[in-house]
Amino acid sequence: MRALAILLLTAAPAFAEGDLFIYTWGEYTPPDLVAKFEAEFGVKVHIDSYDSMETMIAKLRAGGAGYDIIVPGDATMQVLIAEDMVEKIDVFAMPNYVNVDDKWREVYWDPKREYSAPWAWGSTAFAVDTAVVKGDTSSLSVLFAPADDVKGRINMLRDMNDVINMAERYLGIPRCSENPDEMKRVLELLETQKAWVKSYDSETKELMVSGEAVVSMSWNGYAMRARDEKPTIAYVYPREGYTGWMDNVAVPKGAPHLDNAKAWVNFVMAPENAAMITNYARYSNGIKGSEAFIEPALAAAPEINPPADAPAPEFIPTCSPEATALIDKVWTKLMN
Amino acid sequence: MKLHRLLLAPSLGTILIFMALPIAITTLYSVLTPAQYGGVIWEPSSEAYIRLLFERDIFDDTLTFNTDYLQILGRSVLQAGVATLLCLFIGLPTAWFIATRPAGQKSLWLMLVTVPYWVNLLVRTIALLLILRDEGPINRALHAIGLTDGPLPLAYNNFAIGLGLVSSFLPFMILPLYAAIERFDFSLLEAAYDLHANRRQAFFEVVLPILRPGLIAGGLLVFIPGIGSYLAPDILGGGKTLMLGNLIGMQFQGSRNWPFGAALSTILMAVTLIALFIIARRAAREDA
Amino acid sequence: MALFDTRSKDIRNLPGFGLTATLAVAFLYAPILFLVLYSFNSGRSISRLDGLSWQWYQAVFANEEIAGAALNSVLLAVIAASVATVMATAAALAMVRMKVRRRAAAYAVLNFPLMVPEIVTAIASLIFFSSVGLGLGFGSLVIAHTTFCIPFAYLPITARLTSMDPALESAAADLYARPWRRFTLITLPLLAPGLISGWLLAFIVSLDDFIISSMLSGPGSTTLPVHIYSMLRLGITPEVNAVSSLMVAASALVVIISGLIARKQT
Repeated sequence: MRALAILLLTAAPAFAEGDLFIYTWGEYTPPDLVAKFEAEFGVKVHIDSYDSMETMIAKLRAGGAGYDIIVPGDATMQVLIAEDMVEKIDVFAMPNYVNVDDKWREVYWDPKREYSAPWAWGSTAFAVDTAVVKGDTSSLSVLFAPADDVKGRINMLRDMNDVINMAERYLGIPRCSENPDEMKRVLELLETQKAWVKSYDSETKELMVSGEAVVSMSWNGYAMRARDEKPTIAYVYPREGYTGWMDNVAVPKGAPHLDNAKAWVNFVMAPENAAMITNYARYSNGIKGSEAFIEPALAAAPEINPPADAPAPEFIPTCSPEATALIDKVWTKLMN
Repeated sequence: MKLHRLLLAPSLGTILIFMALPIAITTLYSVLTPAQYGGVIWEPSSEAYIRLLFERDIFDDTLTFNTDYLQILGRSVLQAGVATLLCLFIGLPTAWFIATRPAGQKSLWLMLVTVPYWVNLLVRTIALLLILRDEGPINRALHAIGLTDGPLPLAYNNFAIGLGLVSSFLPFMILPLYAAIERFDFSLLEAAYDLHANRRQAFFEVVLPILRPGLIAGGLLVFIPGIGSYLAPDILGGGKTLMLGNLIGMQFQGSRNWPFGAALSTILMAVTLIALFIIARRAAREDA
Repeated sequence: MALFDTRSKDIRNLPGFGLTATLAVAFLYAPILFLVLYSFNSGRSISRLDGLSWQWYQAVFANEEIAGAALNSVLLAVIAASVATVMATAAALAMVRMKVRRRAAAYAVLNFPLMVPEIVTAIASLIFFSSVGLGLGFGSLVIAHTTFCIPFAYLPITARLTSMDPALESAAADLYARPWRRFTLITLPLLAPGLISGWLLAFIVSLDDFIISSMLSGPGSTTLPVHIYSMLRLGITPEVNAVSSLMVAASALVVIISGLIARKQT
């Protein structure tokens, strides 16, 4: 029993003043960025990972889990502010805020940037293998009205919101629809398409590279990794529109090391630091002047540079409970 | 103070305090109203239970019978049954074989069975998919030696799901069976044969009583977790269906309907608890 | 069944059983061999070999997040499995001495953790632990893991104990007056196969748990499954294969060492 107590005590980290506890996605924080911050501020950085936004929210709601920094997506950020779960740290007044691209200043999830700084952003659309899929691929009809040689070789993300958003765009129905008739059409479309879908799987890279799937819904970062291994893979910005997302750096209420946390938020808005994030995670950041520090091949990659005629990414807030109930119903029926 | 109370107290106490009590609180959630961003509002509601069987019309609030959730329950129970049978067919001979090895080799075999489980189930399942798929090593090897023209459909079907279930649960059948068989005095069976017992008699009167505790334990350890598992159908089956495990997870995550998730799990617990009670009663009677 | 076909006196070696066991083990190891192979990939793919390299192993050793998570997982699983096995053994010993009618309720409670869907246990425990002020971290992980490991340890142990000959213990009771000596000299060695099975099952269940660990871990106590699931967002790399291979190597080492110890004793 005593040995157990000693083990428990030694296994828990020491909470010194000079610590910073980051709670984020796995392998999302560049080690060199951490090393640089540690050297500059004399602070030891500890990183823990979550698997979903819901886990993170549940832990914060259960009463400050002891983290100093979290990295919520746009819709989650809005919820955290609405539920008073993040510290108001006046990011707009921080010295490095001048570097934030205008595009990312007045955002729906934090209109005055009082709570959060940009970390990275990307999009959810689809990728095709141009060696197999010929002709015009700029429409979602590649997925929803596929050519015969594509049927049975389609992969969709295993995420009800992403799949349904995409179907809604194809049908010209607005996101978060609360109209049951519209959602019935969404279900019909997806049920028809299901016969041609090989799998609903979020690990899309291996499927595309092996040729198992020739069309796949994809995050832009995954598509870029896939293209590295198979040059005929192309990421498509469909003309019907696509989803954008941004992860943000914020400080949960009651963070034990508030000053270190603020220092980190300011730190990641410096162009050379933001560039490290992009180089490591392969997603765009929202910081002006970071281009100069990004690997040239990456800076020019089509996956993070939409063509001029592509529509702008659509950022989607959390749907209302009514709309969410309909989405749940469509997905349950589709998967039955 | 009776000794057996003292011996039971730590395990029962731990489960009652750290599992049953928290679960009781969540069970309460099933009769409350969902909050907008997950969690609950403390207003009573029976909606979660009505929803299990009925669909409420959006316009006129009438209820129609809806079998969606019953189908998911049926599919999950079927999956658990298939997993149990497959593991039994493979696990029983394996456990018997291990239990009859010389003393020094037994624990080596046991560990051999558990070493692969040091790798996370998700990682193992993905590796299994990569082996089975059209471009995987099996299909490429078959093609290379000229046995097949096109790829065999090994992945994204029920065959693949079955393999996934075996790879998820096999030791949960093997280890309890081994524990039961290992103490078996094989001279008993030999004696039975010497006494010219026929094979049926020998099996039912000598072997089965020995196996029974192991079969019950292994059956429970595969069947009950099998109802809630979903990685095999998600990854190896192509993710085209929902299992009870996904459905409940979905309610606590994307769909943000905690009361419905709590209701689903309460029903599941009630059903398994009743089944377990019957098994326990029976086992107790047969022991007596 | 093969059992009926044999007229041989050697019931230990039934035809086909050895083959089934070998095939079963081969089947369990196929995915492991596959992922070990790709852990040496010089490219980023987990299914296409570009060349051989050590780079992913170097990445694991340089990566505090993943190495720390692996250590957390193993430490947690050892503690939880051991505590659960001790508790389960005590419970199993008590149960065989209890009146038959009383057993059913205790049996249901002992197996209760099996019945609760993991996500529900996770959320319920999160709310409970934080509302009673236990907080999140390694301590709460140990408590939660021990709790859900109990039936996994209990069932194999009780399968062993249920039909163990009670005459042995009463014979021992005549020889040794003190129950403790009776327990350590007679009961425990007889129980050993059940204890090993129970501990191993509890250990792999704890090692594999993801949902509960994800909800109850605090700063510095992320476990390996939690880390692996959270890597899905940015894509799985052979680094996962490398850390998995290291886990297999570690377990193989344990097997070899215990094999050597066993050989010395016999």
